Amino acid sequence: MDDRLPYNEIIDVCLLAGKIMLQNGAETSRVEDTMVRIAAAFGCGESHSFSTPTGIIFSLDGMHPASKLIRVSQRSTDLHKVTLVNSISRSISSKEMTPEEAYLRLKQIEKAGMGYPMWVQVFAAFIASGCFLIMFQGQWNDFIWSCIAGGMGFTCLLYLHWLLEVRFFAEFIASLVVGLVAMFFVQIGVGSHLDTIIIGAVMPLVPGLLITNAARDLIAGHLVSGLSKGADAGLTALAIGAGISAAFVFL
Amino acid sequence: MMIAQLITSFIASAAFGVIFNVPKNSLFQCGFVGMLGWILYFVLVENEINSIIATLSAAFIVAVISQYFAKRYKTPITIFNVSGIIPLVPGGLSYDAMKHFVGNDFYVAVQLAAKVFMLAGAIAMGLIFAEVMNQLVTKYNKRKLRLRS
Repeated sequence: MDDRLPYNEIIDVCLLAGKIMLQNGAETSRVEDTMVRIAAAFGCGESHSFSTPTGIIFSLDGMHPASKLIRVSQRSTDLHKVTLVNSISRSISSKEMTPEEAYLRLKQIEKAGMGYPMWVQVFAAFIASGCFLIMFQGQWNDFIWSCIAGGMGFTCLLYLHWLLEVRFFAEFIASLVVGLVAMFFVQIGVGSHLDTIIIGAVMPLVPGLLITNAARDLIAGHLVSGLSKGADAGLTALAIGAGISAAFVFL
Repeated sequence: MMIAQLITSFIASAAFGVIFNVPKNSLFQCGFVGMLGWILYFVLVENEINSIIATLSAAFIVAVISQYFAKRYKTPITIFNVSGIIPLVPGGLSYDAMKHFVGNDFYVAVQLAAKVFMLAGAIAMGLIFAEVMNQLVTKYNKRKLRLRS
């Protein structure tokens, strides 16, 4: 292997790309694949990546020290960033970028804010709740109540997520709010079917990304991350269920 | 009835795309994938086909179309997959199970929970089948190319 290769820069680019993807909801198999590809495009044919949902170990052969570890503790969902990193990896593969350029671009992506402003996301949750109500055979006159319950639940989720770093608790409170708001509407007589309202309003909280990623990781043979993502999804489902049940208990 | 289902599933899937911050120009495709998967599921269930089979086939279709879109628009497949899978997640059933658990009606609750697990498994199986088919097709195409050259 060529001794003049800028090993340190290559490893930094790979790790940063992997970190951004892992933090923002890419599958582990994609993260590992991307890192190895980037390294290969920069001329390091032999590289090894091991990533789990909470950290990445990456090593290039022929370099001292041989490997680096990066810890990922904050995880959120921003598939836009995943797409951006993916396209950067593509242009690296077609040799359009030097490691320095790639590193700068990745830093910019890492610093950028979320793709959509907060109110758009809340509005999306608002609309989605109503639409799910109709999809699950709800009545049109419950539409707006499900929207409000879902929107409030999702707002709570975003706020609590930002306020404290215990995801389980944020999801619990959010679904509790959904349950209470839906019950309130049924109690005062404007909503007709409590069950469908709650089901529709809870859907924005469902860990869909985790479920699909867990399945895809398991298929790809990444058993460690597949199982841990599955456990994560199960925990979220448990939190939602517990929140709704707590709302029933209050009544 | 059908039209309402089409429209709401489209909007719901696209809205889920917004929640997961997918790029703006992929939102339409997200909605489309979600709509297709949901309508297939809906039609199958309306025609009294087992909901597990319906979920399996809908998840399969969602994954196949997602793969096609991912190749065509050169984006990660997760973007389309997620918004397509969401409507198939057995939310209503798990809610029912939870309600019976809370009401101490464990006999019914465990039955429902088992069904939820079956449906979740069906979603995973649908994704796996699509992945396998994708790999078979790529291998076949590669072989054809090699034979030709």
